[in-house]
Amino acid sequence: MNSQVAFEPSAAEVERARIRTAKRRRSILVSLLSTVIFAVVVGFSLVSTPGWDRVAHSFFDLETGLKAWPRVIDGLLLNLRVLVFATIGVLFFGMLLAIMRTLRNPVFFPLRVFARGYVDFFRGLPLIIVLYLVGFGIPGLRLEWLGRVPAEVLGTVALILTYSAYVAEVFRAGIESIHPSQRLAARSLGLSYSQTMRLVVLPQAVRRVAPPLMNDFVSLQKDVGLISILGAVDAVRGAQIEVAKFANFTPYVVAGLLFVLLAVPSIRFADHIASKYAKREQAGSAL
Amino acid sequence: MSNSNADALRPQQPIDWNNPRLRVAGLRKHYDQKVVLGGVDLEIYPGQIVALIGSSGSGKSTMLRCINLIEEISDGQIWLEGKDISLASIDQDAVRREIGMVFQSYNLFAHLSILDNITLALRHVQGKSKAEAEQIALGWLDRIGLADKAGSYPDKLSGGQQQRTAIIRAVALNPKVLLLDEVTSALDPELVGEVLELIRDLKATGTTIIMATHELSFARDVADWVVFLDKGVVAEEGEAAEFFANPKQERTREFLTRLQR
Repeated sequence: MNSQVAFEPSAAEVERARIRTAKRRRSILVSLLSTVIFAVVVGFSLVSTPGWDRVAHSFFDLETGLKAWPRVIDGLLLNLRVLVFATIGVLFFGMLLAIMRTLRNPVFFPLRVFARGYVDFFRGLPLIIVLYLVGFGIPGLRLEWLGRVPAEVLGTVALILTYSAYVAEVFRAGIESIHPSQRLAARSLGLSYSQTMRLVVLPQAVRRVAPPLMNDFVSLQKDVGLISILGAVDAVRGAQIEVAKFANFTPYVVAGLLFVLLAVPSIRFADHIASKYAKREQAGSAL
Repeated sequence: MSNSNADALRPQQPIDWNNPRLRVAGLRKHYDQKVVLGGVDLEIYPGQIVALIGSSGSGKSTMLRCINLIEEISDGQIWLEGKDISLASIDQDAVRREIGMVFQSYNLFAHLSILDNITLALRHVQGKSKAEAEQIALGWLDRIGLADKAGSYPDKLSGGQQQRTAIIRAVALNPKVLLLDEVTSALDPELVGEVLELIRDLKATGTTIIMATHELSFARDVADWVVFLDKGVVAEEGEAAEFFANPKQERTREFLTRLQR
């Protein structure tokens, strides 16, 4: 593949190459044309709606957007901080739960049951309800030693609680996907169960689940916006304040676009990892 | 190779026939109603090679897995240097530290380089330092001509190279018995030779080996003792040369002609 072989192609190969090039040109042309037609149809049908002028003014007003910008950006920095801590927490607790579920020693029976119950519970419970329960329930306990916990911290805790359950399942799937012969080889070398887990199974499992894991973190990236419902002044809450000030919805659109911009690199990175693994697994196939 | 462990294994004195390295008596293994091993006896002495032969499903692999305590046995006893390792109270990890096993499908750790595959157990099971473990591993890699592959990952190696790595990964730990489970069966024919060559080399260093194999001519050349398993029992056994020259049982003769054709 990486070395050029000098040879005179046969007439059949020249003909094949000509047809392939023609096909490629044709498909580029078709996709270009179809894109233009699609854009025109969508744009026209939007603009031709009776309320378009009003919507355009209240959602896409450049002046309001610029005025709201500083507060929204400020809020986004809070979202980023929450994201960093939530990611670390989710990775840690997700892995912990996944390991708990694989423990076989009878001493750990309660841990195994707990992990299983936890994952079932938090995968079923809507995130917004977890946010309410943690955000308003924990302060409601009036724990003296806890003091007053900021809303963004409570929001981070809620995110970690929910996302750990999802990530634990991803890790568990990864652990179970490692072929038993790898454990067998490790055990026959005299490694203990936990050494086998730590040195042989987990490193391979983590690599294998990197793509689906990235997906969960892209999803977490936008869900950090939900901490606004607890009163934390993040990008969404900041936008809300500006919306109230200007009686215009543009700040929401600004916040939304910022979240998208934030997500795009992660999404591309996730795709990149996924395709890298896919390539490795189906090397040499033309389909 | 002066720095490899294997030289320490070289038998210093004639074999003491009263003290087998490993002894198996009345070994049975059942899966539900299916009898895979129906009471097998086996003895192996230090520095010997015992070849287990027999058709697929005769119980060769199961036998090796039972000896390494990977399979729970249904009945019988196993002694390693006179110590009963089939006791329920035995520390199985400790037993496996003394018995090496190599599998048909190599089972190298896919996420570790060749060097790290070999040093893993040296460091984490035997507690050797990284430098010490790497010195031992490199000594072995040098011996099998793969020193230049130390940093490569298993999927970059040929099947023969992977299997030779898997064998020295087990041998580097200096096991009291090395179990080889059809180590050439998954290889392309032209790669079988290099693996057999390594086993021959190990015999010269005095490694005690029980090997399940389909390579009859190789078994005749290197094995001291041959055990023919048929339907989970020992149908015939004997010294290699005698066993192949004058098989006594009808089914042995049948098996040998079938495989040698």
